Amino acid sequence: MRTLAPLVVGAGFIMALLFAIFASVFTPGFSLTPDPTAVSLFHKAPRHFEYSFEGPFGKYDHQQLQRGFQVYKEVCSNCHSLKLVTFADLKQIGYNEAEVKAIAKGWQIKQPTISNKDGSPTTRDNIPSDNFPLRYANDTEARSQNNGAVPPDLSLITKAREDGSNYVPSLVTGYTDFPAAQAAQFPDTRPDNNHYYNPYFSALNIAMPPPLKVDGLVSYKDGTVATREQMATDVGAFLTWAAEPKLEQRHHVGIASVIYLFIFAVLAYMSYRTIWGDKKH
Amino acid sequence: MSFPWAKHYEPKSDFMKWVDSRLPIPRFVYSAVGGGYPVPRNLNYFWNFGFMAGLALMIQIITGIVLAMHYDPSSAGAFLSVEHIMRDVNAGWFLRYAHANGASFFFIIIYLHIFRGLYYGSYKAPREVIWLIGVLIFLLMMATAFMGYALVWGQMSFWGARVITGFFSAIPFVGEPLRVWLLGGYAPDDATVNRFFALHYLLPFAILGVVILHIWALHIPGSSNPTGIEVKEEQDTVPFHPYYTAKDGFTVVLYLLIFAVVVFFLPNIMGDPDNYIAANPMSTPAHIAPEWYFCPFYAILRAFTFNFLWIDAKLWGVIAMFASIILLFFLPWMDASPVRSSGYRPLYKKFFWALVVDVIVLGVIGKLPPNQPFILIGQFAAIYYFAHFLIILPIVSRIEKPLPLPNSITEAVLAKHSSTSTLSGDLAAQPAE
Amino acid sequence: MAEITTDMHGDDAFEDGVRRRDFIHVATLSFAGVGTVAAVAPLLVQMAPSADVLAQSSTEVDLSPIQPGQAIKVMWRKQPVFVRNLTPTEIAAVDAVPLSSLRDPQTLAQRTKPGKSNWLITMGVCTHLGCVPLGAGPGEDRGPYEGYFCPCHGSAYDPAGRIRKGPAPKNLEVPDYKFSTDKIVQIG
Repeated sequence: MRTLAPLVVGAGFIMALLFAIFASVFTPGFSLTPDPTAVSLFHKAPRHFEYSFEGPFGKYDHQQLQRGFQVYKEVCSNCHSLKLVTFADLKQIGYNEAEVKAIAKGWQIKQPTISNKDGSPTTRDNIPSDNFPLRYANDTEARSQNNGAVPPDLSLITKAREDGSNYVPSLVTGYTDFPAAQAAQFPDTRPDNNHYYNPYFSALNIAMPPPLKVDGLVSYKDGTVATREQMATDVGAFLTWAAEPKLEQRHHVGIASVIYLFIFAVLAYMSYRTIWGDKKH
Repeated sequence: MSFPWAKHYEPKSDFMKWVDSRLPIPRFVYSAVGGGYPVPRNLNYFWNFGFMAGLALMIQIITGIVLAMHYDPSSAGAFLSVEHIMRDVNAGWFLRYAHANGASFFFIIIYLHIFRGLYYGSYKAPREVIWLIGVLIFLLMMATAFMGYALVWGQMSFWGARVITGFFSAIPFVGEPLRVWLLGGYAPDDATVNRFFALHYLLPFAILGVVILHIWALHIPGSSNPTGIEVKEEQDTVPFHPYYTAKDGFTVVLYLLIFAVVVFFLPNIMGDPDNYIAANPMSTPAHIAPEWYFCPFYAILRAFTFNFLWIDAKLWGVIAMFASIILLFFLPWMDASPVRSSGYRPLYKKFFWALVVDVIVLGVIGKLPPNQPFILIGQFAAIYYFAHFLIILPIVSRIEKPLPLPNSITEAVLAKHSSTSTLSGDLAAQPAE
Repeated sequence: MAEITTDMHGDDAFEDGVRRRDFIHVATLSFAGVGTVAAVAPLLVQMAPSADVLAQSSTEVDLSPIQPGQAIKVMWRKQPVFVRNLTPTEIAAVDAVPLSSLRDPQTLAQRTKPGKSNWLITMGVCTHLGCVPLGAGPGEDRGPYEGYFCPCHGSAYDPAGRIRKGPAPKNLEVPDYKFSTDKIVQIG
């Protein structure tokens, strides 16, 4: 009996599975290769951009981050917040104390606070210790101003998307006309008036209008020519920093740790071999 | 403890004598992991994963305690407090990445440890209780890891908590009330994240306690070994210290080296990008999948797609998923072969490797979206999983003719070396390697 | 048996070999020690104030609504700061106290900014064990010296915030501050 028990239980599970297999295989319309969808055929993986922070020795290029911040400030911040980053954090990308103060004070959206007199809600100028203020008070306000879509916060965007540092610039430069091939095969997927076709976007039709339509949308202080590609790469770098501000420390500590552990491993191996000596095992 | 030739602790100073006669901790340590614990001399590197798992558990407990000092267990604050740790807390990014990847590494080690046990028949008499406790540790780890992942309160955390507690709703009659009771609400919220935090803090100490039982039970019969034959005489063993402390020390450093590479250079490689989006109860991510270490079991859950007999597909999936782990408890009694090591079981060995491939396939399928042909592959892989343990293993263990076993561990060791050098050369004095 | 012979040979012979072995073990253990210490560092530094706490280190106070004789409490670094507008009588009274009679001798001038001796800005934290003394809020007990009075253990301060009686060892601490304008003070 004890010998048979596992066989019976096993047979039960296997029969349930075999039944599931037969039932699905003989369901009308069964196919081993499911019909392709517009997304499976036309969605593209991000293009590759060259960044200074790639690889174990990678570092942020502060000039590039400042250019990226300028793009964020003049373009993206019109709709997207950056709520996990503080103005004081900008010191990490090479702005000095006074510049940070000026950036905070001059920031278009003010910091919500309460009046000292009667406690009613009001706003004040931003100070360096403030986080970047929210663009919209809440999702409902965001939706009402953006055709029903909520522009996501960008603080973590490069970590919240697959291959995010490449995804962001691919997306913002990736707008194209609705492809004829897709129009022929999936006429229903044509973007409506509130959406734009972008093969790098997971759903292909994105509510965000093309943000970097033309070259020279911003004029860089360091004289770099603001092509669309340049602006996209810079903002991709800036948002990577915003999502992972400790990358440089991580790389520094990492290299020291790996070198240390490698030498330690060699020593520990020699110790181990010495102790075992010629003991056969 | 276990063998008559095991050395006994001898206090070297008057002070240690004084301590030993009052609280004999040094004596205990000596016979647990010191010179007083004789261990088979022929253990290969697969026997080092137990020690590494102990280190992995300690890393999780230590980093976890300090992370708890900054974590906010509330639905509004959890995600933000994790980002606060990543951005503001001194060395917080390191602690959090070490804790998150430490969980994955813990599971890698445990899976290797389990498969070592399966290959070398470590679960067989007289070591059944060690195995049972081990499976219990595995279950506790899964519960702890699941709740810990939920604490991040990103999209994957939230929907993982939602889906996994949803398993319980498959139970007839009490299922839905049970699910609501587990969550403390209709959906994961403040009550859920708070209780998960409390339990996620508690369970690792329960694991630590059970690990001590695991090691205690191990010390009664002593370690098994790659030949699977019992220790017969002193020559078959070496004292744990310094022989295996040195070897474990080396493998632990190797483990830390690989761990450091991931923590410092690829910290998000095993994570899901969706978990960097704060939990949103109104929108499920397009594709949800558990962390990799749950994927084989998740694939088994999803393999049951049709109602069969009087049980619906949902309940079949949940029963099968739990059964796929629970069946491990019965393994010592399902395997009737008197031979432990697969090295001497030519037929079972083939099925063992098929199981390894099968579990990897299940793991991959668990991560992929539920489309054909992946559903079908997952179903066949699930069939093999159950067939392996419940049908093939019991039958093969009864009909298989094992290879001849060596007479002793020492004989096996010397035979292995004589294949490269002659036995007479082995007898001659040789300088240390 | 053959094995044991081999082992003994290995241990007894080669004096140099033995020393080299010891060196390897010492090096390995030293590496382990250094690594352990390095690994403990993040566990300790994580308890120090985090970047966001350090960033919120200054606060601005508008002095214009504070009448002579009045005081207000403002928060700085999550602690109360007392801002007190001293009356000429109070200033005269505290200046008349001989320094030798004080536990922590300081003049009012040392505790205020030049030309602003009526603006006494101190931490609202008793130097005994950290309670908030009474005396800054309207109608609160200012204690026997008409300054501040800590209800926890009975420390009494004079209007210059100097300790006069009770267990507290020091005068109320004066934080770093500066006048940004005539009526605006920046603390920290």
